[in-house]
Amino acid sequence: MIDMHQDIRDAVTRLCADFPGAYWRKLDAERAYPSEFVDALTAQGYLAALIPEEYGGIGLGLSAGAAILEEIHRSGGNAGACHAQMYTMGTLLRHGSDAQKARYLPGIASGDLRLQAFGVTEPGSGTNTPAIKTFARREGDRYIVNGQKIWTSRAEYSDLMILLARTTPADQVAKRTDGLSVFILDMKAAREAGMRISPIRTMMNHATCEVFFDDVEIPVENLIGEEGRGFRYIMSGMNAERILIAAECIGDAKWLIDKSSAYAKEREVFGRPIGQNQGIAFPIAQAYARMRAAELMVHDAVRRYEAGENPGAEANMAKMLAAEASWEAAEAAVQTHGGFGFAEEYDIERKFRETRLYQVAPISTNLILSYIAEHVLGMPRSY
Amino acid sequence: MKVLVPVKRVIDYNVKVRVKTDGSGVDLANVKMSMNPFDEIAVEEAIRLKEAGTVSEIVAVSIGVKQAQETLRTALAMGADRAILIVAADDVHTDIEPLAVAKLLKAVIDAEDPGLVIAGKQAIDNDMNATGQMLAALTGWAQATFASELKVEGEHALVTREVDGGLQTIKVKMPAIVTVDLRLNEPRYASLPNIMKAKKKPLEEKTPADYGVDVTPRLEVLKTSEPPARAAGVKVGSVDELITKLKDEAGVL
Repeated sequence: MIDMHQDIRDAVTRLCADFPGAYWRKLDAERAYPSEFVDALTAQGYLAALIPEEYGGIGLGLSAGAAILEEIHRSGGNAGACHAQMYTMGTLLRHGSDAQKARYLPGIASGDLRLQAFGVTEPGSGTNTPAIKTFARREGDRYIVNGQKIWTSRAEYSDLMILLARTTPADQVAKRTDGLSVFILDMKAAREAGMRISPIRTMMNHATCEVFFDDVEIPVENLIGEEGRGFRYIMSGMNAERILIAAECIGDAKWLIDKSSAYAKEREVFGRPIGQNQGIAFPIAQAYARMRAAELMVHDAVRRYEAGENPGAEANMAKMLAAEASWEAAEAAVQTHGGFGFAEEYDIERKFRETRLYQVAPISTNLILSYIAEHVLGMPRSY
Repeated sequence: MKVLVPVKRVIDYNVKVRVKTDGSGVDLANVKMSMNPFDEIAVEEAIRLKEAGTVSEIVAVSIGVKQAQETLRTALAMGADRAILIVAADDVHTDIEPLAVAKLLKAVIDAEDPGLVIAGKQAIDNDMNATGQMLAALTGWAQATFASELKVEGEHALVTREVDGGLQTIKVKMPAIVTVDLRLNEPRYASLPNIMKAKKKPLEEKTPADYGVDVTPRLEVLKTSEPPARAAGVKVGSVDELITKLKDEAGVL
């Protein structure tokens, strides 16, 4: 059994009550970043939850991070603007040198430094990460970076980026996952020296970008771990990322189910509440059952993660099942609300758009199924 | 100076209240419970007095079911120094009456010797608005109710009260009982570091028997019912029709 952190959940709910649907709708209309919300979360210490106490954080386990993110979504909000800080920080924490940790973690814990950009995906490689083209060439005590990243979320609102780049060409390494390195990039310095950020308009307000590197210099001391081992460092953070995103999906599903069941009880058509019709009630009940099942998988993944196991299968399955559950709940919510499901002031259409993302990002359902087929069931690799 | 802040665990103010089918009271099974919002304001005021250097220690007290320790942890996370839980009921539906609460608080005062009690003016569950006043009667202390401003000056508290005609400022000699109104302050959030610290702050558990107080109810609830549903309004076509209706149907003109 994992710690459910009810006290933390209550406090997060309380904070989120000050950021109601109207707040998120206004941001959506303006395509704006939720600075006030992120500032409030930071000031109350939530984004420092997983940073060790010795670096100014709270030193809590992944279960606390999952509880915080779930409750933000359960309150109708969206943690997408800042959740990356929780798991991106893990790359630095696990593989960074003592000097790097001492230099960056206290600022991240206090909120002075935002590390929430993760530069991995490229237009030509997609999920085929080893095929990235961005190259960091070593010259003396610097690396010179050239290339392009895409779907780099929050790049405009981040002081630091964890950047993956090739440091040895793919045709000169034994394994295609070798020769990749991870850097911690000072975004402000890089913007003044050849890095360009270009926002991408999407169907939801998610602040995602293309990032272009044109001879951007990174000091050698910003290399994380050993040169050439970056792929492993990035992969080691994926379990935490998937579990935390799964928790957000559970929060979305709970919010959508709450809204749907409340509306189905109140809305009267033909002289009785619409929830009395099984055609309305059953999809909501079905979504609830699926959400509960997915929640159990999330808890199992969290428990294994906190016990020090490698819960690759459970983290992936939790993300897939939770994303499917939240989507099913979103479908039921739109159908239950009828025309009002499309009206912005009900927030249903916003959540419908937002929660659809999680079957695509941070990893698509097909790749999760491939993982299970290959690594759990031992079937031949398909790609 | 030590301050005593009584806090009550009540149904969360965001929850839509439902009456039990047998009419015996409000259904509290699996319902979200929180600290009474007026008590949050009281805790906040005590913390501000401590931050200003007027108060040295804040003791939060709750009387009710064992789960009220969560409410006390919230008070500790906000900034109270320690807590006393008096477990006076097993069933979440049991409400301890104001007189019993006041007697228990009197006993806590005798043991703790605070210079000031800051309490919510009422709890949002039963809206009794009686405990603070009863406590003042039992202790013989001054009372200042419905506070919208509180200043401590030496031996006295200056309290601005929200009364029907406007604002009234009174000066009471301490020790005193102050009950607080909505506009006194805006309570802070409990931050994550403080939630973690609160887990280590002392929380003492007691029973009414420890203080020799009998909490047997004196009041009998005959019936609890939902407020009547609002009936639909009527649309009028013209000002003349409105005036006719106000005269003939409503009888207010």
